[in-house]
Amino acid sequence: MLIYLVRRILYAIPIALSVGLVCFLLVHIAPGDPINAIVPADAPQDLVEQIRRDYGLDRPLPIQFGVWLGKVATGDLGNSLATGRPVWADLSVAVVNTLRLALTAALIGFVLGCIFGGLAGSFQGTAIDKIAVSLAVTGVSVPHYWLGMVLVILFSVNLNWLPAMGAGPGGSSDWVWDWEHISHLVLPAVTLSVIPMGIVTRTVRGIVAEILNQDFIQTLRGKGLSRSGIFWHVVKNAAPNAIAVIGLQLGYLMGGSILVETVFSWPGTGFLLNSAIFQRDLPVLQGTILVLAMFFVALNLVVDLVQTALDPRIKRA
Amino acid sequence: MADGSTTVRVEASAAAAELAVQARETAIRSQGYWAGVWKRLRRDPVTIACALILLAMLGAIVFAHLIAPHDPYQGSMLRRLRPVGTPNYPLGSDELGRDMLTRLLYGGRLSWFMGITPVFLAFLIGTTLGVLAGYAGGGVNMLIMRGTDVFYAFPSVLLAIAISGALGAGTLNAILSLTLVFIPPVIRVAESVTTGVRNLDFVEAARASGAGALTIIRVHILGNVLGPIFVYATSLVSVSMILASGLSFLGLGVTPPEPEWGLMLNTLRTAIYVNPTVAMLPGVCIFATSICFNLLSDGLRQAMDVRA
Repeated sequence: MLIYLVRRILYAIPIALSVGLVCFLLVHIAPGDPINAIVPADAPQDLVEQIRRDYGLDRPLPIQFGVWLGKVATGDLGNSLATGRPVWADLSVAVVNTLRLALTAALIGFVLGCIFGGLAGSFQGTAIDKIAVSLAVTGVSVPHYWLGMVLVILFSVNLNWLPAMGAGPGGSSDWVWDWEHISHLVLPAVTLSVIPMGIVTRTVRGIVAEILNQDFIQTLRGKGLSRSGIFWHVVKNAAPNAIAVIGLQLGYLMGGSILVETVFSWPGTGFLLNSAIFQRDLPVLQGTILVLAMFFVALNLVVDLVQTALDPRIKRA
Repeated sequence: MADGSTTVRVEASAAAAELAVQARETAIRSQGYWAGVWKRLRRDPVTIACALILLAMLGAIVFAHLIAPHDPYQGSMLRRLRPVGTPNYPLGSDELGRDMLTRLLYGGRLSWFMGITPVFLAFLIGTTLGVLAGYAGGGVNMLIMRGTDVFYAFPSVLLAIAISGALGAGTLNAILSLTLVFIPPVIRVAESVTTGVRNLDFVEAARASGAGALTIIRVHILGNVLGPIFVYATSLVSVSMILASGLSFLGLGVTPPEPEWGLMLNTLRTAIYVNPTVAMLPGVCIFATSICFNLLSDGLRQAMDVRA
């Protein structure tokens, strides 16, 4: 187990470095000279050359990568071209907002998915199963940015129950766990939760059905164990896989919340990315992608380790 | 002595006869496989219905220039955001007074093209690399599979947006970024099924009888792995449609005034207070296409008996 732990952590290092390389190259696959994003087009030639030297853009790419990596390691993601502020200043606020949204959505999706999937797996072939499976297919097939708009029309425009935009009253940025703020979270979180709901439902349904078909369940039934006792055995067997699925989904939600954040003007990383893309603010784009991808790498690692720790059947060395 | 050799010969010919029977059975079974798939598909009303709906949509968007009642670009400030059911404008009109039905029909062309092309390209490239990795093993496998690991370190939507965002808006850039997103998962599936088939006896037998690597891959491997990879690829179409339209929704795909469902959804966002029904229509189209592809893929998987 300890050897596996060390090996798994060591294996994450080259992955993290390659992720860094991809993020670094993003700026260089962008059409045009990166210098054009920094200086205005009508700047004099010697000034352009001066800035190119200052930014180190005249050095070979591998050296630039090394320098960039060194800065990133110390938490310096560069400065935004649009605002001049350090990228990390805006990004740290945005990441927390996205994490709050993604965690809530993952929680809703996980709970609903376990309920639907558990019911579907226990009553395979019945109407309950069919309804749960239809919900799951709908969850993974619905364009969630469209679903967000539908929910806004229903609950904000028609019923006027919930706010349609922002993360707090009057565009305030400080988060408090009161109804005023939570009401802003409801629609985006529900919108984002349909994907993990669908995926968890499918997974849990499959696992539960498989477990219920196994011999030991027959034995437990035979020895007269109550329904709730069997339920506990199923939960114990299904939990490691279900937790692994939702753990990875949390990462997908963090990275994929851009569409929902755009619909609801949620001040998270997606919103930041969106404005960075349209202002061609490459340092912000690069920094945001890097932080989200690193979060995903770390999450993958944690999920793997937790799953191994929870499930004694997985023997990894 | 004579008795002994006769026994051996009889046993050998009996074994040969048995092998011949087995081979014939296998041939019949492999013929029967596709017949069985078709039989199972015919008994599955949901899959058939989805296939028919998709065919009807495909027909409608291919012949959009024949059936669309209006010009997709010609609008009028006088008849903006007409409701569904307006005479002459059965599905209303958009924020620039263009006929919705016409734009939805034309919009389907780009939405379908941008949704299906990345999966098709990823299927070709991913299968090639995956089969190569699975068959060659060793260093080649290491190289290809560790390469895919890097792309797996990005959540798929984020990767698509990162590449599209860096390259800038445009239909081709969006297709390129989505293709890159779908290649790694196809490689993984192709590699795992190929590794499974590679060690089976008949591949070993072919190798022993002197068949070259290319012949083995073409004759023995591809026939056994293409089905599962294809079924997996069909399950990606639904995601691809949603993501492609999503990129256009963000302004990273198709550029106005070109009709495309995701872009139409975005430009109609401000109209949800005026005419919500019309504003929702492009999303209904994306949803319908995506769910039909999903159900069709599920049906195919079951009919072809491919394990997920």
